[in-house]
This record gives sequence, structure tokens and C-alpha cells, in this order.
Amino acid sequence: MNKKNKIKIVVNGRLLTVNIKYSLKNLVEKLKTPINKVAIELNEEIVDKKKLNKIFLKNKDKIEIVHFIGGG
Amino acid sequence: MKFDILKIANKNFKSRLIVGTGKYKNMKECAEAIKISGAEIVTVAVRRVNITDRSKPLLMDYIDPKKIMYLPNTAGCFTSKDALRTLRLAREIGGWKIVKLEVLGDKKNLFPDMIETLKSTEVLTKEGFKVMVYCNDDPLMCKRLENSGASAIMPLAAPIGSGLGIQNKTNIKILRHQTKVPLIIDAGIGKASDAVEAMEMGCDAVLINTAIAKAKNPFQMAESMKYAVISGRKSFLSGSITPRLQGSPSSPKKGLI
Repeated sequence: MNKKNKIKIVVNGRLLTVNIKYSLKNLVEKLKTPINKVAIELNEEIVDKKKLNKIFLKNKDKIEIVHFIGGG
Repeated sequence: MKFDILKIANKNFKSRLIVGTGKYKNMKECAEAIKISGAEIVTVAVRRVNITDRSKPLLMDYIDPKKIMYLPNTAGCFTSKDALRTLRLAREIGGWKIVKLEVLGDKKNLFPDMIETLKSTEVLTKEGFKVMVYCNDDPLMCKRLENSGASAIMPLAAPIGSGLGIQNKTNIKILRHQTKVPLIIDAGIGKASDAVEAMEMGCDAVLINTAIAKAKNPFQMAESMKYAVISGRKSFLSGSITPRLQGSPSSPKKGLI
């Protein structure tokens, strides 16, 4: 596969290689993320979950997907 | 008697016991203990989704946020910046506005960094958050938090998870006297008697995690804490007698044979 068509992104601290023109929507679908139970940050900016399909990822983008877990 | 309601940020609660959802063996045990405790508010932490193992159970599958209010916390945050980032994310998950702010200053004793806590409270209240603040028991700093718009003042009884009970009763009494918003003992409760004591001192609620989650029988302890809080509250409201050194017979002298 042609490397030029790939970008590297970091999701929750893990390096992933995806195709160019890859949207955040593509990413959450690939990860099977339950969208109504998470919040998403792109390069430390909170992302509007309604606009995921309009946000295309760039090389070296950092994405954080968080949810609630048990805590005191 | 008028129904005794706890009001936080214009929301009404019947239970005065708030419980944490951490440190349980599993989600099932956590959910069951919470049910037994009768708590209407539970604290939750914000963490990364596990993107490699999606089989891990989700908290929301066990504790329905529509039935029990989630109180997102900032546990593990040591700076105002991290705490703000965490709570903005929490709000994004599902519109949570009532939050628990906790900015730690020391990794060993987990005491709060009050300077960072105060800064964060100011920013968060301006952004429309209703901030319940974990803090130390210093009346001056607590007053500043209240003046900054905190929705609840939540002093520690003792270090988080220590189970030592209320260490500085004088300060808690001063806080009770000066605090107009709900005063909630946040950390350090170990036994039911500690919870009773907090409530008898007039605190509006207690927040307990470790004491229940790490008890040998969490379910029984959850029930014990439930009744401790009710008992302490009723004792506080009842106007207890003034302690005296001399005895006072409970049976009348009249008719004595």
C-alpha cells in the first residue's frame, strides 16, 4: 500500500495509521465507540459530536476519547 | 414533620449519603452497594476509553445516570488546567453541570491544593458549572470558595481513603456555623459512627467511597452508612439534651414503695 495515502494519529496514547481523508466519524465507527457515552478531544480541543463526519484527521493529530468509570 | 430535603444547586435530594463508585471488586458489586446505600448521587471519574479491549463493561451499563445523578470528579488532577479540562470533557459526555472539583496537592496524603482549587472554582462557576468543592477544613479558604460561587463546600474529615474519621472537629464546627451552601464531609470517613458524628454536627451530607467499597462486606457497610446518615441527621434535628455531669433518674420518685 502506498505510504503517501496514510497518516499517523495518536488515539488515547496509542499510535494508529489510517488513510488520508479519514474523518473522526470513521474513527469512532472503527473503534465501535458508544458515541453518547463519551467525549472527544482533538488536539486538546473538545469536538462537537454532531460534526464528527466533517472533521478530517491530519498527520500527528492527537485524539482523546474519554468516558466515566468508577471513582471517588 | 416537614420532609427533610437536601438541596444542592437547586436540585432536591432525599438521601444525604453520596457515594463513590471506585475501588469495588467489579461493577456488579458497585451497583448493588449503591442500591443498598440509597444514595441518589454517585461520584464518577473521567478516564480514557480502552480502545483495544472493548469487552470491558461500562459504568453506565450498570448505573443508570437517568436514575442516579452522576457527579463527575477530577480525581487525579494536580493542576487547575487538568481539572478544568477534565470537567469540560465530563460536561461534553452528557451535559453534566454539577461537578466535583478536586485538585490534589500532595501525592501521599492527597490533601487538596487550595490555591489551584480556588482558581478552578472561579473559572468553572463563570462557565456555568455548579461546583461542589473538595477542600481542606480551613475556614478562611472555605469562605473564599463559597464567595467564588461554590455550590457545596466539601471539607475532608481526614485524608482520602484513610478511614480516620473527623480529625479537626473544631474547624468543622466553625465551618458549619459560617457556611450557607451545603456542607458535605468528603473524605476520611471509616465507620458508621464517623458518619453519625458528621451529621450530628450539622453537616448536610457525607460522601463515602473507600469505607464502603473496601469493607469486608460492602453491602452490609452500605446499609450501615445509610442508616448512620439518617440517624445522625435525625439526632441533629431533634435537639439533643445538654450533657451534664450529674445523674438524672429516668423514673419518677412519686409512688416509690
